[in-house]
Amino acid sequence: AAEGSGPVPRDGAGPAAPERVLFPPTFSVSEIKNKQRRHFMFLRWKQQQRKEKLALKKKRRKEREALGDKAPPKAVPKTIENQRVYDETTVDPNDEEVAFDEATDEFAPYFNRQTVPKILITTSDRPRGRTVRFCEQLATVIPNSHVYYRRGLALKRIIPQCIARDFTDLIVINEDRKIPNGLVLSHLPDGPTAHFRMSSVRLRKEIKRKGKEPTEHVPEVILNNFTTRLGHSIGRMFAALFPHNPQFIGRQVATFHNQRDYIFFRFHRYIFKSEKKVGIQELGPRFTLKLRSLQKGTFDSKFGEYEWIHKRREMDTSRRKFHL
Amino acid sequence: SPQVVWSMLGNRQFCSYKMTTKTQNFCRNEYNLTGLCNRSSCPLANSQYATVREEKGRCYLYMKTIERAAFPRRLWERVLLSKNYEKALEEIDENLIYWPRFIRHKCKQRFTKITQYLIRIRKLTLKRQRKLVPLRRKIERRENRREEKALIAAQLDNAIEKELLERLKQDTYGDIYNFPIHAFDKALQQQEAESESESDAEREEEDEDDEDVDKREFVEAEDSELSDFEDMDKLETSSEEEQEEEEEVEKKASHSKWKGKTPLKGPARRKRPYIEIEYEEETEPSTKTKTA
Repeated sequence: AAEGSGPVPRDGAGPAAPERVLFPPTFSVSEIKNKQRRHFMFLRWKQQQRKEKLALKKKRRKEREALGDKAPPKAVPKTIENQRVYDETTVDPNDEEVAFDEATDEFAPYFNRQTVPKILITTSDRPRGRTVRFCEQLATVIPNSHVYYRRGLALKRIIPQCIARDFTDLIVINEDRKIPNGLVLSHLPDGPTAHFRMSSVRLRKEIKRKGKEPTEHVPEVILNNFTTRLGHSIGRMFAALFPHNPQFIGRQVATFHNQRDYIFFRFHRYIFKSEKKVGIQELGPRFTLKLRSLQKGTFDSKFGEYEWIHKRREMDTSRRKFHL
Repeated sequence: SPQVVWSMLGNRQFCSYKMTTKTQNFCRNEYNLTGLCNRSSCPLANSQYATVREEKGRCYLYMKTIERAAFPRRLWERVLLSKNYEKALEEIDENLIYWPRFIRHKCKQRFTKITQYLIRIRKLTLKRQRKLVPLRRKIERRENRREEKALIAAQLDNAIEKELLERLKQDTYGDIYNFPIHAFDKALQQQEAESESESDAEREEEDEDDEDVDKREFVEAEDSELSDFEDMDKLETSSEEEQEEEEEVEKKASHSKWKGKTPLKGPARRKRPYIEIEYEEETEPSTKTKTA
């Protein structure tokens, strides 16, 4: 009688559940109306599940040991990166069409060494202290960049002036409630404009165990994981911010790492302790970006031609699908 | 009669338009001239009353007289005021001729205030407007969570270190770091052995390039999937530089084979023979003193 537990257990908070509880096959824990009993039965069911899982694991481990060397190789655990939905616009490194496109797009003059990047950093109206400090730090990280205070000027009027003064890129940091939360990166002579949502901004003093100030040396650039066509163009945009000749004496590196559509920016100083080991020390601000839209011309919200906009309803449906 | 109304509404009984604060009483009635709850400003407690209100950018003068007190629908008479400021003031004066001084004065004051804020509205709409985009709480939370998980999955430090070591291997840094190269050679040979089994075309290239250290590296770079462009640029330039500097590379290789294991830097190695010479000179003066 104690073996099969029907839907009515005697012990409300019974410590010892029977070893093997047999539920009748059509029984489901969610059908019990009484909450206390339902909760109890659910806990018992959970314990049973755990026991079964543990037993299965033990059995598998024993089999593996018994087989010894002949055991089949361990299964690779599934990660989101493994399970990523294959994007048809993934770039093949040998793709000729992509290479041709990149040779003739707006960044071609940069990659052919014809232009030297000159960057203008500005903010939205009335920036607060944190944003101002962030802009200054960003200016030390990116060589040949200038910070200008935005005095309520319209972007459409700034852009022709910038082009006249030979700027190649424009960065606008948008601020909300005293923290920077958006970034507009525009390549100037009618280049693409990318609008990002910026989060987890850490200024230099908030980074633990930081090093000294970044020097004036030109840093190296690392761009990781930009696989699709869209990712490629964004990667090129970032690469176009930095001059071509990194000064290795400076031992500084700026990293843009894309993971699941979030671009992490870090600025480190590295030192090679041996040929197999390298130590890195974080200096400089850090932030993460998420692409919101990519526009073909310079910044123009009304009449611009958008190459890519993040549409939540369509693009966020699958957890394994990423666009960058 | 208005006195009775005021004695009720003013202090004793409840007036739904009345708003009390610590220092003042306000009147929320839309026809109120000053906005305060006073005997002279209450539209309910005055049988003869006037206000200025604006609708869609145009100002109107509203008047209430005793004759129409029985007809609530026709109680408030509306007069459109001219757009010209001075003319409108004159119109107010015309319409409110023989009215109490207080109401006339307050109407004109109110009209002035209204025109001022209308001007300000028109000026502001010409400037850039800030577009307010409401945050969606669920979406913000979801994105923050996903960002944290992506950060953990990214393992940034490891990725950066790996990338830097790869660049060191592919000799993008050139002469700066003097690590022994025969370790590199071994690693390269191992990788060659692996890739030989993969494809014939690659095997042919590597057989030809066995002699040159540099070109071997160039081939390997093509195998790995390059998603960053600095590398591509650097490799193209570095291979050009290295073809010129082949002799220096061979010299270093011979150096490293002689010294062997420890990865000390070049100048440190060369210093040792020079230090030994100095000790011999110092022993001479001690022997001279003994003989004397």
